[in-house]
Amino acid sequence: MITREPYYCPECTSMFARWGYKGLSFCQQVGQALLVALRAIVYIPLMFSKRNRHEVWYQLFFTGIKSLPVISVVALFTGMIFAVQTGIELARFGQEVQVGGAVTVVMLREMGPFMTGLIIAASVGSSISAQLGTMTVSEEIAALEIMSIDPIRFLVMPRMIALLVMMPLLTLYTDLLAVAGGAIIGVTQLGVEVQAYLDNAVLYAELKDLYTGLFKALCFGFIICAVACHEGFTTTGGAVGVGKATRSTVVISFLVILVTGFILTKMFYN
Amino acid sequence: MIKFENVIKEFGKVPVLRGFNLHIRKGETISLVGTSGAGKSVTLKHMVRLLTPTTGDVLIDGTRINDLNGEELGKIRSRFGYLFQSAALLQWLTVYENVALPLRENTRMSEKEIHKKVDAVLQKVGLEDAAEKLPASISGGMQKRAGLARAVVTEPDILLYDEPTSGLDPVTSRTIDELIHKLQKDLGVTSVVVTHDMISALTISDRIAMLHQGEVVEVTPPNEFLHSKNEIVRGFLDSQCIHTEFFEDFPERILK
Repeated sequence: MITREPYYCPECTSMFARWGYKGLSFCQQVGQALLVALRAIVYIPLMFSKRNRHEVWYQLFFTGIKSLPVISVVALFTGMIFAVQTGIELARFGQEVQVGGAVTVVMLREMGPFMTGLIIAASVGSSISAQLGTMTVSEEIAALEIMSIDPIRFLVMPRMIALLVMMPLLTLYTDLLAVAGGAIIGVTQLGVEVQAYLDNAVLYAELKDLYTGLFKALCFGFIICAVACHEGFTTTGGAVGVGKATRSTVVISFLVILVTGFILTKMFYN
Repeated sequence: MIKFENVIKEFGKVPVLRGFNLHIRKGETISLVGTSGAGKSVTLKHMVRLLTPTTGDVLIDGTRINDLNGEELGKIRSRFGYLFQSAALLQWLTVYENVALPLRENTRMSEKEIHKKVDAVLQKVGLEDAAEKLPASISGGMQKRAGLARAVVTEPDILLYDEPTSGLDPVTSRTIDELIHKLQKDLGVTSVVVTHDMISALTISDRIAMLHQGEVVEVTPPNEFLHSKNEIVRGFLDSQCIHTEFFEDFPERILK
């Protein structure tokens, strides 16, 4: 049951009791968000059924294709900026040719999934949260539940699929475009040959870098969906509440993505 | 059919229902009236377990629904049609798709059968020309009628109306009243109507229950309600300029 009764924190006289309740409430919220996300994953086998197909396709389009323009600009310029900065330092040692390797490795391992995750959290995550939040405050979610339509299957599952599929694909796209942006700077500003740039990129980058980056992207997609849906479903207080939920979605997603990214990096590269 | 037994509901430390008792009979139309904060909408939400009592029981045909979950709760809910105060239509679906939604999701009917049924219901509520419009592009009264069509399309046993005439002009309000009355007669359902609108309550109800501070203070047929000596009832009627003499000559339909 998604429609929940309002949560009231008991009045606490002691500061420790208040912190304790806040801690418990936080754990409860994390648990609820995870449960919603995991239940959406359980529904994934139903994605091709007649009643879900259309919504799944729409969400794939919305998350993937609609995000391409902003991701293209950010990826290209990230690669160019990184190439300029590393190029300046490498030029001091006469090692401009190494710029291809530096850009590729950094993008595959860290910057690609991070940049994509942050952009998708800010664009798609906030949109999911605002839509579900508006539906919650206008009782549309309650209406679905009374009609015996599970909001998790009807609303969360298509968004979860879209994020799990599109995050790795968009990350790959970001990586490629950033490497291309680095090449533009390498060739035009640093005087590196295209072939030398590409050879250097392939020399330093490993398949493991690509896999770990894509795995991180998959995890970030799951995080964005869990946070956005939870914030949307727990929205209260009309338009102001929807605004707060949207803001919380972006802030919490950013923080959780950064912390998770660090943990995964430690796991794979310790 | 629907029974509230000593239901107490508290939000935090604030009591909303205080030992609420009410028995709604099969096939009747009962209106819950009272001032804002009296607990009318909270009562309605308990019937479909959108809210759970702090203590006490809510029974539907003898089944205690307080602890029901999953499939059992789904079965009970499938017996209800619910018209929300805001109509609660899905904004990205057309009126037709909104009404067809519960049939597409919960039945094995073919598109052709669904089309036939939805058309018939839309015709009943006078929305056949607005079928392809989005909720945002139709008026409040039309949204309520679309919500009503969605509520009745699955042929439920029980219809719950949360302030069906609030925010509507008097003419549209009376149209909605007539529609509720007509649906009740045609389908023979049990109806529970939460309203502030006494004209509406007097028009469509078999019984009217007056709620005050989370308790039922009077449950009587409309004509007895008009002559009630209860101070809270009298105050509520007077506040809406409902005077007994004014209703003496009203047509039979108004007072049933």
